[in-house]
Amino acid sequence: METGLILSSAGGIAGAALAAPLLSGVINRTKAVFAGRRGQPLLQAYHDIIKLLGKGAVYSRTTTWVFRAGPVIQFSCAALALALLPMGSRPALLAFPGDFICLAGLLALMRFFLMTAALDTGSSFEGMGASREAAFSALAEPVFLLSLAVLARLTGALSLSGMASRLALHPAEGSGPVLALTALALFVVFLAENARVPVDDPNTHLELTMIHEVMALDHGGPDLAFIQYAAQLKLWIMGILVVNALGLGGRGGWACAGGMAALAVLIGIVESTMARLRLLRVPQLMIGAGALSLLALLLTLVRP
Amino acid sequence: MAWLLLSLGILLASGLAAWVLRRESIGLAGALVGCAAGLASAAAPLMTGRSCALSLPWSVPYGSFHLEIDALSAFFLLPLFLVGALSAVYAYGYLAPYRKSQPLGRTWFFYNALVASMALVVTARNAVLFLTAWEAMALTSFFLVVFESERKDAREAGWSYLVAGHLGTAFLIILFVWLGSRAGSLEFERFGNLDSRAAGMLFLLALIGFGTKAGFFPLHVWLPEAHPAAPSHVSALMSGVMIKMGIYGLLRIYICLGPGPAWWGWLMVAVGVVSGVLGVLFALAQSDLKRLLAYSSVENIGIIALGLGLGMLGRSLGIPALAALGFAGGLLHLLNHALFKSLLFLGAGAVAHSAGTRDIEHLGGLAKAMPWTAGFFLLGAVAICGLPPLNGFVGEFLILLGAYHGACAVGHLAAAGAAAIAAIALIGGLAAACFTRAFGIVFLGQPRRRHTESIHEVGWSMRIPMAVLAASCVAIGLGAPWLFASADRVLGPLGVGAGSWAGSGARGCLLGLTLLWAGLLAVALAAAGFRRWLLGGRPIGEGGTWDCGYDRPSERMQYTASSFAQPLISLFAPVLRTRRELATPTGYYPGPADLATTTPDIASRRLFSPAYEAMQALLARFRWLQHGYLQLYVLQLAVTLLVLLIWKLG
Repeated sequence: METGLILSSAGGIAGAALAAPLLSGVINRTKAVFAGRRGQPLLQAYHDIIKLLGKGAVYSRTTTWVFRAGPVIQFSCAALALALLPMGSRPALLAFPGDFICLAGLLALMRFFLMTAALDTGSSFEGMGASREAAFSALAEPVFLLSLAVLARLTGALSLSGMASRLALHPAEGSGPVLALTALALFVVFLAENARVPVDDPNTHLELTMIHEVMALDHGGPDLAFIQYAAQLKLWIMGILVVNALGLGGRGGWACAGGMAALAVLIGIVESTMARLRLLRVPQLMIGAGALSLLALLLTLVRP
Repeated sequence: MAWLLLSLGILLASGLAAWVLRRESIGLAGALVGCAAGLASAAAPLMTGRSCALSLPWSVPYGSFHLEIDALSAFFLLPLFLVGALSAVYAYGYLAPYRKSQPLGRTWFFYNALVASMALVVTARNAVLFLTAWEAMALTSFFLVVFESERKDAREAGWSYLVAGHLGTAFLIILFVWLGSRAGSLEFERFGNLDSRAAGMLFLLALIGFGTKAGFFPLHVWLPEAHPAAPSHVSALMSGVMIKMGIYGLLRIYICLGPGPAWWGWLMVAVGVVSGVLGVLFALAQSDLKRLLAYSSVENIGIIALGLGLGMLGRSLGIPALAALGFAGGLLHLLNHALFKSLLFLGAGAVAHSAGTRDIEHLGGLAKAMPWTAGFFLLGAVAICGLPPLNGFVGEFLILLGAYHGACAVGHLAAAGAAAIAAIALIGGLAAACFTRAFGIVFLGQPRRRHTESIHEVGWSMRIPMAVLAASCVAIGLGAPWLFASADRVLGPLGVGAGSWAGSGARGCLLGLTLLWAGLLAVALAAAGFRRWLLGGRPIGEGGTWDCGYDRPSERMQYTASSFAQPLISLFAPVLRTRRELATPTGYYPGPADLATTTPDIASRRLFSPAYEAMQALLARFRWLQHGYLQLYVLQLAVTLLVLLIWKLG
């Protein structure tokens, strides 16, 4: 790859790393507007991270090195996943056939260490959160990879960058309904994987009902900052995938940024108008999303 | 070839000497030297692609002592001798507590003979020799399974293993007799040239016969019985290597039969999906650590079958890239599984050795007392879940890449590809749940029972084999592009043309992977350094775990393994059929409550038990023939002979 292209991709990564916490600001501002509140500042997430990075730490006597390594590994996985992500018209820093499998692998590794670090505390609440995370993510995984199979079939490309640019610049004739179904399936995965309503409620106050938040209960200081920042990066990464599936991503930086902002507002609207589903209902939601991606795949099969 | 003969000779002679002289050290030394010689014999065919053969006459009808090491055989010899040597080192420490109660020389004989018979299985090129080695493998491993023969469960497990193994062998005998009668010889090289119908039947026979050994669902019923009963180093060898002999046999017959129609590949994909998903679901429901690992072997055999099925589809439909990716992914996963499953079984053995129990619900917090074992087990768990940057990911990556190639194709191949993608994704997610549970409950948190407080780290002879296996998992994960230098040679016998591997573009992808994992390690190191720098000089406190304001959380309040698995277990209840026995507290002064859940094997409960009962009922009608009077037996024999004579001569 040329140096210019590498620099451009690296610039994209740096931009994403800086902008990712802003997404939660937009989501919270949308929710505040819906509720008629003034809400927290847009840049609250940045303040939180900086504050946490400046603190000391308290560790439970039950924990081992797994608990301390967890946040570092989670952050590294999320950061590395950025290298595989095409943003705007910039291709990913590293693009090769099957790179999305690596992206899924990195996110799965991140989850693995989130869950083991939670189990390391010996708290039944954190065990409960890990158990739910394991169950829901196991159901989300096939939906995610099947949706990417639809995109691969539609574009004939086996890398995220190839898919994004072809979806934006040379969309296949009459692929609208297929893309809509796929993007919807990916959106459900996006909500489930990032602990948003209707699967999990980031603002919940009861440990019994949490999934993501409860797994980080015992983490504090820089460790919590790593976990929170990694979660924000993950929100950004999966958001870019949804935006790219709609063909917005590859059209350029502004279209991509606009798509991300619209996505954040959409999440805010979903969270303001919907309640969290009962936990027993979540598998049905995931199976529904799987049906959508399967339907999209069937549609690509019958298309000539 | 001389190396292989040397290896076989050393293994058998040292085993016999260990038994007769009652010296364990002879057995161990023989296993190490024999395995080293065996590895040397595999080197040349893998490096140069030149196969070597040896053919000697044998007095058995149709038999000949025909051995050959081609690249495919050498590929199977590699994990065999590696795991064989490492498990032997481990056994020396593991068997120490038994040393007082019984002479162990015999165990070493069976162990070394098992390794030798497996080496013969993958190199034999004559059906009689192959079946003899196959039977020797079944018998020696049977004697190893019933090592603790004073225990009832070990005897029962050995019994079910013996029955299942021989049912499979019955299919193999039909298979080879059929092949031999068509070819007029029992030499492998003469097999072939069959009409498509006969080839299809033969493929089915091979699938059942070899699938019993490999553990395809629903033929896997012996695995979850035999693996927990056997000593851990034997479980490692059986699960890591011996069940792969089934895959080897299937591939060897596939080579003889030729590419075949597309339904072979479809059948393999279907077998893979069913074995993979059901295997990991049952693994998730187990509370015995080694039983869990045994079911996970069924899962991984499923993934291997998926890869090979895609490869067969690619070959039948004439898509070289798919054939190369499917076969390469399946075979790499086979090698990987040999490494990380042995590692996990050795880890589980260390836990059982130290804590005296394999029940996950009773364990907890072992990472503090056994930091080395915990680290190795964690590494094995990450690898078996197919997570980067370890070897498990590379194999599944290749299979998935093949599946995506298939999914982008036209026609029914797209459906096979999509099914494989969904299945591998689901299996991966469930495996992550299964192994965070296994590692998290056993090694993390607090000890769940008081008696686990005397736990100690195991000795070096048990730690070193785990370290070597863990290092190989890392090496394959990071060095994948260089590993495939001999890909063309190994895939050649399977009908994947030279250049197909290069044409599939997988090498570039693997380089990408390595680059990515190097980046991952660099970022992780930098982040760890940053964290250290941040925390340096700041107050770091210690406290209890935050339990929502409750100040005295006890070890009994921790989440249990059953509750961890419950959401998925209840979701898949229709296939798992977990039994719950709940005793609720009743009355005004309620007593204790009790909940017990067990998940018995669905195939043995719904398929084999009814079949055996029906067969027993049918055969009971002929019981009047078995009256116990010797003179009447003689009369029956005479009458039968007479009838046969009249029929033949008349």
